[in-house]
Amino acid sequence: MEVVINSLPYLWEGLLVTLKVFIIAIILGFIIGLVVALLRLSPVKLLNWLAKIFVDVIRGTPILVQLFFFYFGLNSLEFVSLDRETAGIVTVAINAGAYYAEIIRAGIQSLDKGQNEAARSLGLTSAQSMRYVILPQSFRRMLPTFTNQAIISLKDTSLLSVIGIADLTQKGQVQIAATFKAFEIWIAVGIMYFVVIYLLSLLSSFLERRFRLD
Amino acid sequence: MRNIIEVEHLKKSFGDNEVLKDISVSIQEKEVVCVIGASGSGKSTFLRCLNKLEDITDGQVVINGEDITRQDTNINKVRQEVGMVFQHFNLFPHKTVLENIILAPMKARKISKAKAVETARELLTKVGLAEKADAFPGSLSGGQKQRVAIARALAMNPKIMLFDEPTSALDPEMVGDVLEVMKQLADEGMTMVVVTHEMGFAREVSDRVLYIDEGYIIEENEPNELFNNPQEERTKLFLSKVL
Repeated sequence: MEVVINSLPYLWEGLLVTLKVFIIAIILGFIIGLVVALLRLSPVKLLNWLAKIFVDVIRGTPILVQLFFFYFGLNSLEFVSLDRETAGIVTVAINAGAYYAEIIRAGIQSLDKGQNEAARSLGLTSAQSMRYVILPQSFRRMLPTFTNQAIISLKDTSLLSVIGIADLTQKGQVQIAATFKAFEIWIAVGIMYFVVIYLLSLLSSFLERRFRLD
Repeated sequence: MRNIIEVEHLKKSFGDNEVLKDISVSIQEKEVVCVIGASGSGKSTFLRCLNKLEDITDGQVVINGEDITRQDTNINKVRQEVGMVFQHFNLFPHKTVLENIILAPMKARKISKAKAVETARELLTKVGLAEKADAFPGSLSGGQKQRVAIARALAMNPKIMLFDEPTSALDPEMVGDVLEVMKQLADEGMTMVVVTHEMGFAREVSDRVLYIDEGYIIEENEPNELFNNPQEERTKLFLSKVL
């Protein structure tokens, strides 16, 4: 027990790194997802096709392979120099982006087309209709799926420890190497992940109630 | 009176299915035209071609002097002058009644919020729903929703109003309120094209009735003539079923 308590400040540092990487990656991932989803729905065939390839490639390869590609693969090229954290954030962001793109696309397409017709019949442009009518409604519906994907991305950040990012998982490994208390330390690490994820799902249910449509 | 709507040899196909085969009609300013016909006759498609909610396959549609079949016509500008009311209301469920009404005037016409709200409240009073300004559409009855939808379209101060079976999705006891608002609008001189199954309304309010079947206008006349003295066999058959 004492070992765990002594380790806590170090694990806490790791947790802060995990949270930082997660928050930046999830924001970037959301932006990527939104852009890719809109490209997927665009009437321009080429954009459509590029967006589909992006989604297929990212979904069709393991995130660990993507991480190795962005960190070791790209860095093996002479003109590229990515630090660990950037490579890690980019990997999680792009990975989440591909899944978000599909969530957003499905959310937009599931909306009754009468909504868009009503907006357009009033003289709103397609961009205005998207911004004021379609997306606000789609996002409400997507919230539960968004949370789900965010939780997956948070857990994915633990993989970044393998390229030496000092996140919660990596700090746990270091503490075990120093104390040999694998059982206690992994339980402490697990509890810390669990608490963060639990808070995330509470936030999601709060938002769902807040934005309920009726 | 000038023609505010001019349709010439309009054709519309969905894939191999030719829904409108050859429609030509002119509608004058302040005229109220009802379009009747069986389900699948093409009457709704015809209406939806007038504001280009459907892409036009062939022919010419001129609205308020603008040829909307031309690629370089700004369709958004034309639509600002053409209000549309849908069978299923299509109110924006995430916005209050008032927000539904002020959205397009503010974003498309760039009217100030204060001015848009003022107009919206006047229109809500006109359709008898002033007290529902802050309600969400989900809490309204069908008839109330449709009256809000009419107010929303009117907020753009359009020159033409299109109605696509505006009472077909309503409970019978709600139909009267909506028709009353539409009648008032007609009396004020609004140009209206109304696709409807309400023969009573067509007879009482419209200046002209078009009977559409299988993608053609089979017969058109002033309502009393068309209902009492139809010339075409198909019109007689249709009227015998609905009257």
